[in-house]
Amino acid sequence: MNEPILVDASGLSCPQPVLLTRQALRAHPGDAIAVLVDTGTSRDNVTRLAEREGCQVEVQERAEGGYRLVLTR
Amino acid sequence: MSRLCRLFISRWGPIITGVVVGILAPVLAKLGNPGNMGICVACFTRDIAGALGLHRAAVVQYIRPEIIGFVLGALIAALIFREFRPRTGSAPLVRFFLGMFSIIGALVFLGCPWRAYLRLAGGDWNAIPGILGLVGGIVIGVLFLKMGYSLGRTRPAPAAVGWIMPVLMIGLLALLLAAPLFGRSAEGEPVGPIFFSASGPGSQAAPIAIALAAGLLIGFLAQRSRFCTVGAVRDLILTRDPHLFNGIVALVIAGFLTSLALGLFQPGFEGQPVAHTNALWNFGGMVLAGLAFTLAGGCPGRQVFMSGEGDADAGVFVLGMLVGAGVAHTFNLASSPAGPSLYGPAGVLVGLIFCVLVGLTMREPVGA
Repeated sequence: MNEPILVDASGLSCPQPVLLTRQALRAHPGDAIAVLVDTGTSRDNVTRLAEREGCQVEVQERAEGGYRLVLTR
Repeated sequence: MSRLCRLFISRWGPIITGVVVGILAPVLAKLGNPGNMGICVACFTRDIAGALGLHRAAVVQYIRPEIIGFVLGALIAALIFREFRPRTGSAPLVRFFLGMFSIIGALVFLGCPWRAYLRLAGGDWNAIPGILGLVGGIVIGVLFLKMGYSLGRTRPAPAAVGWIMPVLMIGLLALLLAAPLFGRSAEGEPVGPIFFSASGPGSQAAPIAIALAAGLLIGFLAQRSRFCTVGAVRDLILTRDPHLFNGIVALVIAGFLTSLALGLFQPGFEGQPVAHTNALWNFGGMVLAGLAFTLAGGCPGRQVFMSGEGDADAGVFVLGMLVGAGVAHTFNLASSPAGPSLYGPAGVLVGLIFCVLVGLTMREPVGA
C-alpha cells in the first residue's frame, strides 16, 4: 500500500481541518489520506465528515500530542 | 466514564446541551435575570465590563457568575477528559478586534446568538431579523473560508498560558463576592470599581450560587459537545452537517416550552424586554456579529469555553469582547430599548469594513 496523502491541519481552527480534508478527499479519490489535527474537536469533526463521505477512520494518538487520522475507502 | 464521553461526542451531545440551555435560561430569568436574558454571552460580558468600570452605563453593571461558570466548567471538563491543551499564536491581535467588533454588532441588536435564539423562544419576534442578519454574516464568513481565509496555526504553549483565563475568572468571582471600592469620588467617598447597577438590567440577577452552578453545568456540557451557535449554521451551509444545528433546534424548542410553562412566553414585537423594534439594525448588527464570529471560528459562548480549555487566542477574543463592550457604551454605539443609538449604525459599518478586510487578506499557504 502507498503512503497515505498527508493533510497537516494541526493548529488550524474550525472548520479549516474539515475543509482541507474534504479538498483532499475530492482531489485524490480512492487514495488513503492521513490527517494531522491537534484537538479533540478537530478529531471528531474530521471523523464525522470522513464517515459521511463513506471512509473508514482509524484514530492514532501522536506521541508529540494531537492525533493522526487515517482515512481509507 | 468512557460511555459518557462517547454520548457527548455523539449526535446527542449538542442536543442535550441545547435542551439544558433552553431549560436553564428561562429558569434563570424567572429567578431574577432580565427577561429573555437568562443567558446572553454578549450582554453578560457587557455587564462585567461595566462592573469593572470599562464603561459607565449605570444600568448594565454586574459581574455575571454565569460567564465565570462557563470558563471554569469548560476547564473542569477539559481536565477530566484530558483535553486541556494550552495553545496560542493564531493571529491573536486580529482576534482581539474581531471580539471587539462582534460585541459592538451584538449590542446594536441587543444580544448574542444565544440570546437571539432565546428571544425567539420567548416570543420576541424582533429576534427574527436579528437571526436573519446572523445567518447573513455567517454566509459572508463562509465565502471567505471557501476563498482560503485563515488566521493561521496555533502552537502548543506552556501550561501557564492556558491557566490565565481560568485564574482571571476566579479573580472575577472574588471581586463579585468582595466588591471592593478602591476608587474615590471628588468628595472622597469610596466609589467603584466594582460598580453594581442599582436599577435596570444590571440590577436583575439570579442568586449567585444558582447562576454559577448553571454556568458550570453548561460550560461542562458545552466543552464536551462542542456546542456552538455559529458553527451550527456554518457547518450546515459549508458541509451540510446538521450535527451542531440540532443543538440550536433543541435549544429553541426547550426554551419555548420552558418559557410557556413558566408564564414567560409573550409573543409580539412591542414592549419586549431589553429589545428594540428597529428591524434594519437588528439585522445589520447581527450581520457584523455573525461575520466576526465566523472569522474567529465560533460563537461567543464557544470562545468562552475554548478559553477555559487552554486556547489563549480564544481568551484574547473574549478580552476583545470585554473591551468592545466598554467601547460600545462609551462611544454610544449600543442600542437601548428606545432603538439604535445615533452612532450604532456607523460603528457597525466600521466593523464590517474591518471584517471584510480581514476576510480578504488573511491567508495561510495551504497544501493538502
